[in-house]
Amino acid sequence: MPKELIHLNNLSKSFDGQMVLDELNLKIHENEFVTLLGPSGCGKTTTLRILGGFAVPDAGQVIFDGKDITHVPPNLRPLNTVFQKYALFTHMTIAENIAFGLKIKKKSKAYIQDKIKYALKLVNLEGYGNRMPDSLSGGQQQRIAIARAIVNEPKVLLLDEPLGALDLKLRQEMQYELIRMKNELGITFVYVTHDQEEALTMSDTIVVMNQGYIQQIGSPESIYNEPENAFVADFIGDSNIIPATMVEDKLVSILGFRFPCVDTGFGRNRPVDVVIRPEDVELVAPSEGTLQGVVSHLIFKGVHYEMEVMAGGFEWLVHSTVLHPVGEEVGIRVDPFNIQIMNKPESEDEEAVAIDI
Amino acid sequence: MTNALKKIYIGLIIFFLYAPIGTLMVLSFNASKARTKWGGFTFKWYAALFENEEILSALFNTMLIALLSALAATLIGTVACIAMTGMKRRTKSIMMGITNIPMLNAEIVTGISLMLLYISLGIKFGIGTILLSHITFNIPYVILSVMPRMKQLNPSTYEAALDLGASHTTAFFKVVLPDLTPGILSGFLMAFTMSLDDFIITHFTKGIGVDTLSTKIYTEVKKGIKPEMYALSTIIFVTVLALLLLVNLSPEKKEQK
Amino acid sequence: MTSNNKKKWLSAPYALWSAVFIIIPLCMIFYYGLTDKTGAFTLDNIVAITTVGHAKALRLSILLSLACTLVCFLLAYPLAMILANKKGNKHQFIILVFILPMWMNFLLRTLAWQTLLEKNGVINNVLTFLGIPNIKIINTPAAIVLGMVYNFLPFMVLPLYNALSKIDENVINAARDLGAGAVYTFIRITLPLSVPGIISGITMVFVPALTTFVISALLGGSKLLLIGDVIEQEFTRASNWHLGSGLSIVLMVFILFNMILSAVFDKDGEGSML
Repeated sequence: MPKELIHLNNLSKSFDGQMVLDELNLKIHENEFVTLLGPSGCGKTTTLRILGGFAVPDAGQVIFDGKDITHVPPNLRPLNTVFQKYALFTHMTIAENIAFGLKIKKKSKAYIQDKIKYALKLVNLEGYGNRMPDSLSGGQQQRIAIARAIVNEPKVLLLDEPLGALDLKLRQEMQYELIRMKNELGITFVYVTHDQEEALTMSDTIVVMNQGYIQQIGSPESIYNEPENAFVADFIGDSNIIPATMVEDKLVSILGFRFPCVDTGFGRNRPVDVVIRPEDVELVAPSEGTLQGVVSHLIFKGVHYEMEVMAGGFEWLVHSTVLHPVGEEVGIRVDPFNIQIMNKPESEDEEAVAIDI
Repeated sequence: MTNALKKIYIGLIIFFLYAPIGTLMVLSFNASKARTKWGGFTFKWYAALFENEEILSALFNTMLIALLSALAATLIGTVACIAMTGMKRRTKSIMMGITNIPMLNAEIVTGISLMLLYISLGIKFGIGTILLSHITFNIPYVILSVMPRMKQLNPSTYEAALDLGASHTTAFFKVVLPDLTPGILSGFLMAFTMSLDDFIITHFTKGIGVDTLSTKIYTEVKKGIKPEMYALSTIIFVTVLALLLLVNLSPEKKEQK
Repeated sequence: MTSNNKKKWLSAPYALWSAVFIIIPLCMIFYYGLTDKTGAFTLDNIVAITTVGHAKALRLSILLSLACTLVCFLLAYPLAMILANKKGNKHQFIILVFILPMWMNFLLRTLAWQTLLEKNGVINNVLTFLGIPNIKIINTPAAIVLGMVYNFLPFMVLPLYNALSKIDENVINAARDLGAGAVYTFIRITLPLSVPGIISGITMVFVPALTTFVISALLGGSKLLLIGDVIEQEFTRASNWHLGSGLSIVLMVFILFNMILSAVFDKDGEGSML
């Protein structure tokens, strides 16, 4: 693992008596692409603002490279931010925008010119230096905001929902651009978004947050395949979340039917939730399935069919490339590896939020 | 700046704005007629006020003109705003430019220009000429309050009303007008206040023997202001203050819920 | 909306009204200003501005209105910044605080400053009580400026507040993020972005200050004549409408310049009053 760069230590913050962050702990490493993911109001933007220096935590420290920077003002921090809705200086040209930070650092004219050229090239907007921000499209303004931040050679780039205002196609394009830029620059990105697809595409590490707590930290694969609780499972992608009982190690009873699984250590006869991704539900002949049901809905989605199967009193969401018409009797099978066992949520609150979304 | 300094600064500005008002209120209870001597506390000016025919008739004129001119300006201004949404950009910007003239022009110029107009048309100076003048300088206030609301209006709601079977008239009165109401109301209040406080334009367009409170005070300046005038101003001010507090405090409570 | 023809017809009352009560009256000023009593064309009424008395009054007016505009700006900018930074919409509060005094007659309020500033006035009594030397400000140009500032300050605060509260908080944050200190951020970001409000405030204060005639009469004594006083006297006492109109045309040059300035800088009405 590369060197640890940022340590958020026990951060707490409340606004008007409302707890936004509750003893949050997070370590971010050099050259890592970390995404803070969660619904609005989960505390992700507050965390980023504390990192940037625009908010001071009520308790806890921000440690950067071994130094406590909790109370260092934003202009003296070695990190730069790409703001929501760009926050470009509309009264300055693109070049002046990019040069802003360099002029403050009293860099030479030649150096600044070189940097502007380099940055515009990096974001694919060569020759735009003399234009005004208002004359650019949203996507172009976003690139300028990134260029303006990175010319200062920050060790960490903070990005606050930078693609939120762009349309879908542009957003996907910019995701690849961001990955390319990060590789080229070799710096740490801390990225805030509520879009799970963005998080899965770009990140090395995803931090799923809800109600001021971190729900899970992990690679995109582990977050998707092994969600630790119902909130994460529900927030990331479609899933079947079914109440179940852990009969013993490697055996779970779902809707009264016994499924072999691979998880151990949950104890005997304990109530749990299981997560089964829709693409992991196999539809087979009724006699071959662990349980039987009837297809109740069918939608063609392009890459696959989306079906709902009523079986064992539960509506199973199934993705399959094989068509099963409505009314057909089918059997359901699930590979033991594809059954993810989760502890029941600790508080009712958490569950309530999970259902909301 | 720290919070305390900010509060002190706001406080000083408010003190600057309200110190003369406080002074006038104190003077309304001053038994001495002299402006700078305190002769003891009295209510006698308040009693005298209701027997002073001249002041009461000036008050009546002022209120009448403020009310009528604000109503007329609100009607003309609102209709003009609606008309302007359907206009070409060029025509609209010419109209808005003309609207801005009374706002940006000097009051003294507006006043004498209207005076010259009435003279050349041979209109007799009196309440009528004051009223026409006040409507003229009030219309821009209404337009500038209603126009922003008009721009925020979602044209789809009007079309939705038509789509749901409403006639143009019904759609306008049931859907468009309610959205404009806050702007129309604040325009009306602005117009009423401006009319009430106007001196300069009234000064040039009033006839001999017709007075509003402003012009009455102006003629009294040389002879010495009658303390009844302080009493009247205090009553008006306190009434408006009470009304405003009532209106502004009640919705806040709702929001806090 | 669909019935555009009907709408055009709706604009008729206002179009007619503004023609009769805004455009024609302004033409009347030009007609009177450019003719003499016999109706013959003359430039005498305009050239009259160069006579010693008139030129002096105009010079004093320009000087005092510039002073008033500057003082208003210096007082209003910090106030507008404080109010714009506050969370929540302070627009209602500001309107309330600044509009409310208008319900007490403008002449009486200005006159009250006489009571406060006079030789034996309230302020001097307080100063004497505190053992501080008295101020002699009444019947001086300073008193007129004070009266102007008192009356026209709201016209500076409102546009400044509107312009400042429109600046995205993140734009300020971005400047800080890029290394700018508080002062640098103010000079390079906040100030330039509030220019529409500043221009609008200046035009809204400068014109009434330049052309006022009552404030000077109430606080400046009888010796200090502003150009507004001169014009007023031509109309009410001397009844020389031609001379008065001619001098008004001179004033309108300044006003026109102001209008153009505000039109250039404030295209979208960003710094507007209401």
